[in-house]
Amino acid sequence: MKKKITFLLNSETRSIEVESGDILLDVLRDKLGIKTPKIGCDMGDCGSCTVMLDGKTVKSCLVLALEVEGQEVTTLEGLMKDGMTPLQQTFHDFNSFQCGFCTPGMVLSATELINKNPKPNRKEIQEALSGNLCRCTGYIPIIEAVEDLIGKGKGEGKEKG
Amino acid sequence: MSILQDFDYFKPTTIEFAIDLISNNKNATILAGGTDLIVNLKEGTATPEIVVDIKSLKDLKKIEFKDNCLIIGALVTFTDLLESVVIKEKFPLVWEVSKTVASVGIRNRATMVGNICSAVPCLDSGPLLCVYEADVNVRSSKGKRKIPIKDWFLGNKKTALKHGELVTHISIPFPNQKTGGCYVRLGRYCGEDLAQVNVALLAFANNAYRIAFGAVAPTPLRANKIESFLNGKKINDHLIEQAKELIPDEISPITDIRATKEYRMHMAKVMFERGIKTAVERLNGDGLEYGESLV
Ligand code: FES
Ligand code: FES
Repeated sequence: MKKKITFLLNSETRSIEVESGDILLDVLRDKLGIKTPKIGCDMGDCGSCTVMLDGKTVKSCLVLALEVEGQEVTTLEGLMKDGMTPLQQTFHDFNSFQCGFCTPGMVLSATELINKNPKPNRKEIQEALSGNLCRCTGYIPIIEAVEDLIGKGKGEGKEKG
Repeated sequence: MSILQDFDYFKPTTIEFAIDLISNNKNATILAGGTDLIVNLKEGTATPEIVVDIKSLKDLKKIEFKDNCLIIGALVTFTDLLESVVIKEKFPLVWEVSKTVASVGIRNRATMVGNICSAVPCLDSGPLLCVYEADVNVRSSKGKRKIPIKDWFLGNKKTALKHGELVTHISIPFPNQKTGGCYVRLGRYCGEDLAQVNVALLAFANNAYRIAFGAVAPTPLRANKIESFLNGKKINDHLIEQAKELIPDEISPITDIRATKEYRMHMAKVMFERGIKTAVERLNGDGLEYGESLV
């Protein structure tokens, strides 16, 4: 069953025809050219496909495209309209990625955390990122980048960088 | 990966229409958060002809506390529960359980009602609702029905829900005296891991106890023998040791990809011990804060 959906994608109104079985992640990547959400497990376990739906992170591999009718989808592209966000810059300074596959999801999850709780402690950061798997960094540089951004870090990354 | 099964998608704006849709179609599935359903659709284990998305039924989105009863609507997500003041203050055990469910990205979508409708043996909400003796409230074209949680779970992924019925909400009676609760969940790591064993406990001011295990049988179950052994007694180390000996009579864990049955049995005892101690400490106004992990 084909249906047309209209939704806000990174503050722009988009309309597109989708099948009932189309998944949001695939529609974003293959039909709308939005490539920061990545296809990892495709089953809701890894977080690499994370996007924001009405301001809350969701796993876009578990959302039907039809479900976002009338809603607002934000991806990293949307946050970067004026260049890299401060959080991305800190990721850069702290070498918080190697292959980068997990990074867009990590950045969105950390962004949601800081929006809700501007001064999270380490445990809260770990908890907020626990749905995003990283197979390269061992997580420490990621957590340190978030701590640095909120002013709780040791600032080491910046000196090194 | 898109879904191979071809289905029709509906997003009704009234409960009546939603019920019409599911009663007039033999092969209809309800979609709320979708965190289980979409996986099942992708894997081909769910093959509905129509999918009824209930997210426009705003009445089902409420958390309400009135007449000493907590209502959790079918659209209430675990994030909603965590952000609710009533939950945090009056039902801290519900809060503690919600916090252990997967991760933020799942909790933002997944609902407690969806959790009990999926009815996988390791579900987090099962033991919780068992110790609160909650009811599942359903509606169909014939009217409303209240199903006690003990009659809800029939087996692995099987519930008492009948064709044409829609779960509208869960209702949880507020305990008639002071309680301390504890939820202990064992996984391999934090995040999207499923529980290997979980146990929910409620200790009441009059030395009554309610204990329910999950992931150690096809359905969550109340530990009746342990409860009647402990009831009326003040907890001490000796009693706990005796109660632990009863656990093998209560649960029947299996070996699977996540853990062996021997490990699960062993850990059930450890978790019971830590959980009951913490529940009693919380009842007495000290003990670990809700949300702190015991394993
Ligand atoms: S690709 Fe969506 S969670 Fe892994
Ligand atoms: S940087 Fe490679 S998965 Fe995280």
